Amino acid sequence: MTDALKPLLSSPYVKTMGVRFDDHGDELTAILPYTGDLVGNPLIPALHGGAIGAFMEITASAALLAGTPLAALPKPIDVSVDYLRPARPQDVYARGIITRQGARVANVRVEAWQDRRGAPVAALHGHFLIKPESES
Amino acid sequence: MAGMADDLQSLLDSLAPLLVDGSPHAVAMGFQLESVTPGEAVMRAPYRDDLIGDPETRVLHGGVVTALLDHACGLAAFAGLGGKDATATLDLRLDYMRPAEPGRDVVAEARCIRASGLFAFVNAIAHDGDPSDPVATAAAAFMVSRVSQEAAKRARKAFSEGTSPISQVPNA
Repeated sequence: MTDALKPLLSSPYVKTMGVRFDDHGDELTAILPYTGDLVGNPLIPALHGGAIGAFMEITASAALLAGTPLAALPKPIDVSVDYLRPARPQDVYARGIITRQGARVANVRVEAWQDRRGAPVAALHGHFLIKPESES
Repeated sequence: MAGMADDLQSLLDSLAPLLVDGSPHAVAMGFQLESVTPGEAVMRAPYRDDLIGDPETRVLHGGVVTALLDHACGLAAFAGLGGKDATATLDLRLDYMRPAEPGRDVVAEARCIRASGLFAFVNAIAHDGDPSDPVATAAAAFMVSRVSQEAAKRARKAFSEGTSPISQVPNA
């Protein structure tokens, strides 16, 4: 699975954000390690909503890459993000579920949490353009 | 009414240095505030190699556009609600029309469609030079939450004391 994630891990933006992955069997967890650069509002303090949204987009890409050999990184077509709780200045975790995968487009859902998986800080669902390897 | 709008504009002008530069993530991404008026906020993300999504295409990662649109929408909501209470994002919906041209800055223009009571609704576009050919569009809803109200109170206090809210960020 780690090999499948190589194209994502070599993305400069993914490196800048410091995103890591932890896979156990068929469960892939994305980790956004806390740094001060992720803070959006220092007075709450809360992580930047945009950073959380971006992290969940990366998580969706990872779920797609882990599921099927792809010839290119998935491209977002549309995404919708619900912000459920302020994300505190600590690590964030996320997992993606592929709701439906067609030949070109996949629908993915992602949930992000901090202390408890049952208390998500944000959720994303969206469509991604994919290019399965067999087609290239 | 014109007087009120002028008051709001001078309030926004006085807060402008904090609205983007007071947000460590926006600073880390290199975002710049172009303008903020009672109904509209414009921000820029200068092209940067370390924000590229796919090294093969050299296109900025979608996440950069997401964060830029989120921040610009938040500013438009803040300005639309009178520039007093910080707002929390309820949801953000993004449509990615096309990849941004490698090498070009991305500009987000967010307009507050309606703000009343605790809620604000914002539409935005992101473009790489031509607003009629957007790279992405966004629709977002915001609310004034208790957490954000308390944060706004602290922001006003810090601002009036001339201290930087950035210094209050916990270290990693």
